[in-house]
Amino acid sequence: MIVDLALVGGILALALGVLVARQAFAAVALFIGYGLLLALAWGRLGLMDVALTEAAIGAGLSGVLLLAAARRLSAAPAQEDSPPGRVTRALIGAGCAILTCAVGAAVLLLPDAPPGLAAEVAANQRATALGNPVASVLMAFRGLDTLLESAVLVLAVICTVALAPDQGWAGPPGAPQPQADGPLALLARLLPPLGIVVAAHIFWIGVDAPGGKFQAAAILAAMWLLPWMAGIAPAPPIGTRALRITVAAGPALFIAVGLLGAMLTGAFLAWPSGFEKPLILIVEVALTLSIAAALALLVMGPRT
Amino acid sequence: MTADVYGLLGAVLTGLGLFGMLVRTEPLLRILAFNLLGGGVFLVLGAIARRGAGAGFAADPVPQAIILTGIVVAFAATTIAVALLLRLAARKDDA
Amino acid sequence: MSLLADAFTVFCVVAGIGFFAAGTAGLLRFPDTGSRLHALTKADHLGLGLIVLGLLPRAEALGGAFRLLAIWGLVLLASAATGPLLARIAQRRDPPA
Repeated sequence: MIVDLALVGGILALALGVLVARQAFAAVALFIGYGLLLALAWGRLGLMDVALTEAAIGAGLSGVLLLAAARRLSAAPAQEDSPPGRVTRALIGAGCAILTCAVGAAVLLLPDAPPGLAAEVAANQRATALGNPVASVLMAFRGLDTLLESAVLVLAVICTVALAPDQGWAGPPGAPQPQADGPLALLARLLPPLGIVVAAHIFWIGVDAPGGKFQAAAILAAMWLLPWMAGIAPAPPIGTRALRITVAAGPALFIAVGLLGAMLTGAFLAWPSGFEKPLILIVEVALTLSIAAALALLVMGPRT
Repeated sequence: MTADVYGLLGAVLTGLGLFGMLVRTEPLLRILAFNLLGGGVFLVLGAIARRGAGAGFAADPVPQAIILTGIVVAFAATTIAVALLLRLAARKDDA
Repeated sequence: MSLLADAFTVFCVVAGIGFFAAGTAGLLRFPDTGSRLHALTKADHLGLGLIVLGLLPRAEALGGAFRLLAIWGLVLLASAATGPLLARIAQRRDPPA
């Protein structure tokens, strides 16, 4: 309990720090710390899959993206709105306080025997051939959510790419990265082979233990971004067919297998019985590669 | 008990994030506040997942999977917001 | 035997926490970036190393122990790379007289 309270205090302090920070860079640094503490909080809640994702995406990839943005904005700041007046500010404060109280009350007033789906997941998990209940939910019971979510990533990549200037938008994504020397170049050469092994491990144990495609994809994306940032592996142009196929292959394959399920069993995204494991494996591999490419492209941003 | 503490933290973060998003004027800080808001909502969901523990699981796996999906979608929204912001800043440079 | 292993774990983890506390104190109290980095990387390397060492006897099977060591190795690699990186930036921004 003391650990929990200390953690809650730390998260609150960092969140307040983010909100009152004067410099964008300081705010982003505090936000990364907030993300890491939040990952610990997920661990304390027993949601290990979420903890891994939060650390990898919420703190890691977001941190890289926001730090780069803060650096570029400090050179050329964007236009700011005029700050709200005192009355407006007080009204906003009151509204947010009411929202906090309402959500807090909702948390405290939850029924003692909460309605949940844990028992149903446990009862039907054997049918998915997966040992990790979260993986079962993601791939089978709520497969549509996962499909839509991977589609959201593809759409996000398209939106980001579309923000490039008109000339040469099909060129390499992101700002050009100068070639680094010294420690960064060393790390960018040394870490990716290890990181790819770690990502494969996280992916594979995701069948039975916390881990899986999102976490593995985030690590893979980081292993692409690191040499890119060090300037030793320029990104391929957006127009490259192989890159586009990589980003779209995962969701496309998921839809194809879903249609196959519709034909064989009569329900979209149903896994034909007897073939659950190999089909889920193939779809997950394709999804992991697609999500990794999409995450990396999103962090690189549009061509500048 | 643990679940309630983190659920209340989620409620506070939701309020703080919304406040920051509406009151701060720097666009990047608004994006950060939006992420604080998202973290708060996820924590409330996490508290619900934790309370739904049962059948041998430490937490209800369904909300847990929804949070996972949510984190990735929130990240995608953040990247688009950042890309829009950088584009706006670059446009102002040209003008 | 298990008592001995427990004592070893407690000793190592407490020593590791001590290094982390010292490193944090150094981060907050030292005057310039170089010495702060020194305090921080020492805490990372030794503190985490001692904690990993202390947890080794409790690891499940060989795989768990290997994973613990791999975590330590990756943190060593990361902080060995980021330390000089930060030091370079600090030097460029604020060249030593």
